[in-house]
Amino acid sequence: MRKLIFFIFLNLIFVNNLFALIEIDITRGNLDPLPIAVSPLHVDIKSESFNDFKVKNLGENISEIIEKNFRNTGLFNPLKKDAFVQKPDIAHLKPRFEDWRLIKAQALVTGKLIIKDEKLKVEFRLWDLAAAKEMTALAFTTTPSNWRRVAHIISDKIYERLTGEEGYFDTRIIYVAESGPKNQRIKKLAIMDQDGFNTKYLTLGNELVLTPRFNPTNQMVTYMSYFRNMPRVYLLDIETGTQDIVGNFPGMTFAPRFSPDGKKIIMSFAKDGNSDIYTMNLESRKVERITDHSSIDTSPSFSPDGKFIAFNSDRSGLQQIYVMRSDGSNVKRITFGKGIYGTPVWSPRGDLIAFTKMHKGRFYIGVMRTDGTGERLLTENYYQEAPSWSPNGRVLVFYRETKAGEKGEGFSAKLWSIDITGYNERRLSTKTDASDPSWSSLLSK
Amino acid sequence: MNLGEKMTIKTNLKNILLVIFTTLILSACSTAKKSADIEGDVYTGKETVEYLAAGVPDRVFFATNKSSLTSASRATLRKQANFLRKNKNLNITVEGHADERGTREYNLALGERRANAARDYLMTYGISGKRISVISYGKEKPVNPKSSPISWSQNRRSVTVKVN
Repeated sequence: MRKLIFFIFLNLIFVNNLFALIEIDITRGNLDPLPIAVSPLHVDIKSESFNDFKVKNLGENISEIIEKNFRNTGLFNPLKKDAFVQKPDIAHLKPRFEDWRLIKAQALVTGKLIIKDEKLKVEFRLWDLAAAKEMTALAFTTTPSNWRRVAHIISDKIYERLTGEEGYFDTRIIYVAESGPKNQRIKKLAIMDQDGFNTKYLTLGNELVLTPRFNPTNQMVTYMSYFRNMPRVYLLDIETGTQDIVGNFPGMTFAPRFSPDGKKIIMSFAKDGNSDIYTMNLESRKVERITDHSSIDTSPSFSPDGKFIAFNSDRSGLQQIYVMRSDGSNVKRITFGKGIYGTPVWSPRGDLIAFTKMHKGRFYIGVMRTDGTGERLLTENYYQEAPSWSPNGRVLVFYRETKAGEKGEGFSAKLWSIDITGYNERRLSTKTDASDPSWSSLLSK
Repeated sequence: MNLGEKMTIKTNLKNILLVIFTTLILSACSTAKKSADIEGDVYTGKETVEYLAAGVPDRVFFATNKSSLTSASRATLRKQANFLRKNKNLNITVEGHADERGTREYNLALGERRANAARDYLMTYGISGKRISVISYGKEKPVNPKSSPISWSQNRRSVTVKVN
C-alpha cells in the first residue's frame, strides 16, 4: 500500500504555533463543539480535465468530506455554507476575519486546487479567527484519483493542529462483510476508507472468514479462514492479493494479531481441545508457545512496546482478562468486576485496555488501565464485542448485533464507534452487514 | 348493607379468585411445557436432533460456557460408540458449536473443547481417535437462528457427522 502513496509534500508554507487562541480538549466529552467554517476549495480555472473527473466540483467535494469528518468527531460544528461571506479564492488569500466572526465561526479552513499535467495540486490554510492569524498551511501534489485521501489528510492536519493529537481520518477499516440468512451467513473480507467509501472485497465468500487485523504498516492482514474446512490463521498481502497459511499447525489456529514490530503473529492454537497462545515469527517461521494451561487461553493482544500481552482465559472458571510478560511469565489476572470479560485490546498509546464485558445478559464495551483499575463502561447493548482502536487511541470501533426472531428475521450486524470519553456513539456506514472491524494506522504517516 | 349482600359479594370474589387461579395454573402449564426441554440450561428436547441410524441421535447439548457431558449426553454418545463399532469403516467428524451470547474467539475455543469432550468419550468406548476428526465452528453455524434461551440451548452442541 505504501508504494501506492506518492504524496509529495512540497512545502510547508507557514506554520505558526504561537499565540493560537483556539484549542480543543479531547480528553473529556465535548458538549460544546467548536464552530468551524470550511470554505469550498477554490478551483483554478486553468485546471485541465482528467479522465471523467468533474474538476469544477472538486473543491466543493473536498470541503464536504472535511466537514463530515469533523462532524463525526463530535468535537467540531461545521457551519452551513449559505452563511459564508467571502468567495473561496479571496478568503484563501486573506480572510476578512471580522466577517467570519460574525457568523460565529472560530476557525476557518480555506484552500485552492489545480489539476495540471495529470497531477492534483492542493493547498489549504487554517485560520484562527479570534486571533486573526494563520495557524497552519500546507501544499501537496498527488494523482487526481487520490482526491478523497487529500480531504482526509487535510482533516488530519487540522485535527492535529487544533487538538494537539494525531488525527485518524486518512485510515481504513478492514472488516467482515456479512450477507444471507443468519444460519447460512456468507462472510467476506472487506476493506473501506474510515468514512465508508471505496469498499473493496478481498475474498469471494466461498469460505468462512473471521477476525481480520492489520499489520503496523497496513500492507498485510492476518485473519482466520475455514478454507478447505480447515480453520487456520492466514496472512494476506493486500497489494498482491496473495494468501498464505500461517505455520503448519496440526489443529485449529485462531484469534491472530500482529506484534507491534510486525514480525510475529500471536494467536491461539487448539491442541486436543485445549487452546493456548503461540507466536510465530514470519521470517524465521519459528514457533513459540507462550501459555501452557489446561484452560482456554485466547484473544491475545500485545502492548505497543511489545513487552506485555493481554489475553482472555477461563482458568479461574469463567472468561477473565489476564496480562503477562511477552515470554509468558508473570501471569496476572486484571479483571475482578461483576460479570465476565473478553477481547482485551491494548491501546496504541499503551495506557488503556479496551474490552468486552458480559453481565446479566447485557454486553458492554469498556476501557480500563492496564492493571485492571479504573474500569469505565462506555456503551451497553443487547450484543456487541470486538473493539479496535483508532490510531490515536481516542475512538473505538466495534460491532453490534440485534436480536433475531423465529426464522432469524430482524438480525443485523453493524459497525459502531464511540469515543473513549463515552460520548459520540455512532454507526459507521457499510455497504453490507459487518463485523470484526480492525482500524488501520495512519496511511500517510 | 345487609348480611345477604355481603355473602354474594364474597362468593363473587371467590369465583373471580378461582378464575384467576385456574388461569395462572394453565399459563404455568404452558410455560412449563416449553421449558421442559431445558434442564439446568442444557437442552433435553428432540427438536433439531437428527439421527445417524435408528435410535442413534447425532448430537449432544451443553450448558452455557461449559463443555462437560451430562448423563443424557453420555447415553447418546454410548449409542454413537455402539453404532460406530458396528460400522467399522465409518469415519466421523465431531463439530463443536457455541451459542451467540459470547465473544467470537472464546466461542471458537469453547466449540473445540466441546467437540473434544465428545470425541474423548467416544474413545473411552473403544472408538479409535483416527476415525474421529473434530472441528469447531464457534457461534458461526447456529442450528436455530432465533435469539431466545431455548434456541441458544439448541445451538450449544456437538454434532457427530459421517464423513464417508
